[in-house]
Amino acid sequence: MVPLSWYLIFSAALFSIGLFGVLSRRNAVAILLGIELMLNSVNVNLAAFWRYGNVTDIAGQVFAIIVFAVAAAEVSVGLALVISIYRKRNTVIADDIDMLKF
Amino acid sequence: MTVDQIIFLVVAVGTLIAALRVVTTGNLVHAALWLIATLFGVAVTFAILHASFLAVVQVVVYIGAIAILFIFAVMLTRKEMRDRGPQMNRNWWFGALLAAVTFGGLALIVSGWSGVTKTATAYPSDFDAVSALGNALVSPDAYVLPFEVASVLLVAALVGAVYVAFNRK
Amino acid sequence: MDFLKDPLKVAADWLLGLFSRWGIPDLWAQVLIGFLGIFILIALLMVLDIFLVWIERKVVSRFQSRIGPNRLGPFGLIQPFADIIKLLIKEDTTPAGADKVVYNLAPILSMMSVLILWAVVPLAPTILGVDLNIGVLYIIAAGAIGTLSIIMAGWSSNNKYSLIGAFREVAVMLSFEIPMLTVMLIPTIFAGSMGVGAITQAQDTWFVLLAPLAAVIFLIAAIAELGRAPFDMGEAESELVSGYNIEYSGMKFGMFYAGELLHAFTFGGFWAIMFFGGYRFFGLEQVSAFLAIAILFFKAFIGYWIIMWVKYTLLRIRIDHMLAFNWKFLTPVAFVLLMVTAFMNALLADAPTWLYIGGMFLSNVLVAWIALETARFASRKERERVEGASYAVRGTE
Repeated sequence: MVPLSWYLIFSAALFSIGLFGVLSRRNAVAILLGIELMLNSVNVNLAAFWRYGNVTDIAGQVFAIIVFAVAAAEVSVGLALVISIYRKRNTVIADDIDMLKF
Repeated sequence: MTVDQIIFLVVAVGTLIAALRVVTTGNLVHAALWLIATLFGVAVTFAILHASFLAVVQVVVYIGAIAILFIFAVMLTRKEMRDRGPQMNRNWWFGALLAAVTFGGLALIVSGWSGVTKTATAYPSDFDAVSALGNALVSPDAYVLPFEVASVLLVAALVGAVYVAFNRK
Repeated sequence: MDFLKDPLKVAADWLLGLFSRWGIPDLWAQVLIGFLGIFILIALLMVLDIFLVWIERKVVSRFQSRIGPNRLGPFGLIQPFADIIKLLIKEDTTPAGADKVVYNLAPILSMMSVLILWAVVPLAPTILGVDLNIGVLYIIAAGAIGTLSIIMAGWSSNNKYSLIGAFREVAVMLSFEIPMLTVMLIPTIFAGSMGVGAITQAQDTWFVLLAPLAAVIFLIAAIAELGRAPFDMGEAESELVSGYNIEYSGMKFGMFYAGELLHAFTFGGFWAIMFFGGYRFFGLEQVSAFLAIAILFFKAFIGYWIIMWVKYTLLRIRIDHMLAFNWKFLTPVAFVLLMVTAFMNALLADAPTWLYIGGMFLSNVLVAWIALETARFASRKERERVEGASYAVRGTE
């Protein structure tokens, strides 16, 4: 039998790896990849608590479905912004996109 | 070590290794492909947790749409076919420190909670999670309002993304 | 008699007895039997695939008024084996600068995405790989993995044309998943479950009588998902030299090619399962499991024939016309059809059977007629706008 703590440690580790990706990558698309890892870790956490709590209370899965929708919306808008910035500035290195106008 | 524990350990270690490769690899298309491996590992975790609908929706939405969107975005935002140059910014050591502190803090909080060592009760064999989920998403005294708000959010994101990325020639 | 009705259970029990006599613990015996079942299914599918290659070549030759392969064996039946031997002994090249791991992984993923579909195909009332209660979504998920394999193939070949071919093909496949999923919800409404076995069990009247427009939309979307003509942007031979599989030769190309044929047959099978009753034929399937498999394969071959017929008759559509067709016509019609079906299903829930069938059929015909009239009106307006006054003057001739 798998204790609940294993799932929670797994999701904490995934979250931390995603956080590392967000904080230390240069490319804007790679930062968005880290955000996706963090959202996935949250989903794993929600599903684990649903399973290890009262299975008939479906709120955990509903929350996870809403997180799917939010992640999809955020990724599409984020990548549209990155592509649009690339067209203007010809770079996606986050450090170089530091001036509002020019 | 029961079979369940071995299966979970294999899946979890594989997913974490893939996640590490996502954030450390130099080639961005490889990073997107490692992300697909991570997402697949998370889908298998959902299946282990008897959340079958979430597992399939994870494959369809994340791998089938979001990961492909990432691959397209990576290919459209670089000047040549190969990546060059360092992929970590100057303060990556601080990011690593912060991530380690976060993990330590979360693990500490989790281990201090009393219910952390409980094991799962048996999954009731007559409970249809999919129909319960469907009912919960559309019934007025359950979660129909967040569902409708999420759909408005998706329409807003769709319109916004198309408008922002539109190439007016 | 028991073996004819339920061959899998009889075989599994016999094997379990055999393994326990050999001293293998029960859990490992179950796992071993599972693997054996998968292995036998895949082996039979690959043999079917060889047969499909022969059918494809004979049918295309007949459509083009020629004979096709007839030298090797009677009616050219040994020809596919010769093809496979040729593919196996060809040099296994990898283009310079290609990403080796991704390049070699793509054909494997492509074949895998077709084979995992057969886990949810109900071959007989008692033969079903996994009775998932979300079978319809599982079909879409397997299609998503196929999409991924195409983009991996296109990118890793280090070739502009294969990249363009892969991008176009993936855009078409992603776009046409939406009407396909929407239309697959219509048998779900009728059957009350997303499980493919339950959908087959609920077809006392075939769903094609209840929702013919849904069957047509599913066929069109499935042909686009397969990447076959008239939607074959990925391998448009006259435009892109061969799209995403330019740089593949030998058995890797063989896996793409055979995978595509098996995929077409599988979707012919799903068309038969969702709309034409699957293995059911007025109670004949209860006689024997093997008869049920034969009925399903007969219907699947008819579906595959129609897919081939469409491929060898119609011209390829331009990529922007393809996407406009999907987003401006198929998707709205699919959504409207889903709403109308759900509404009529609730309205006619207590009606006698003939009224139910008639009402559903008429509502489908009405939706199709309105959709076609709207499309005709819109295209007439577009033509007047583009061609200006000359069309309006010539219009009445």
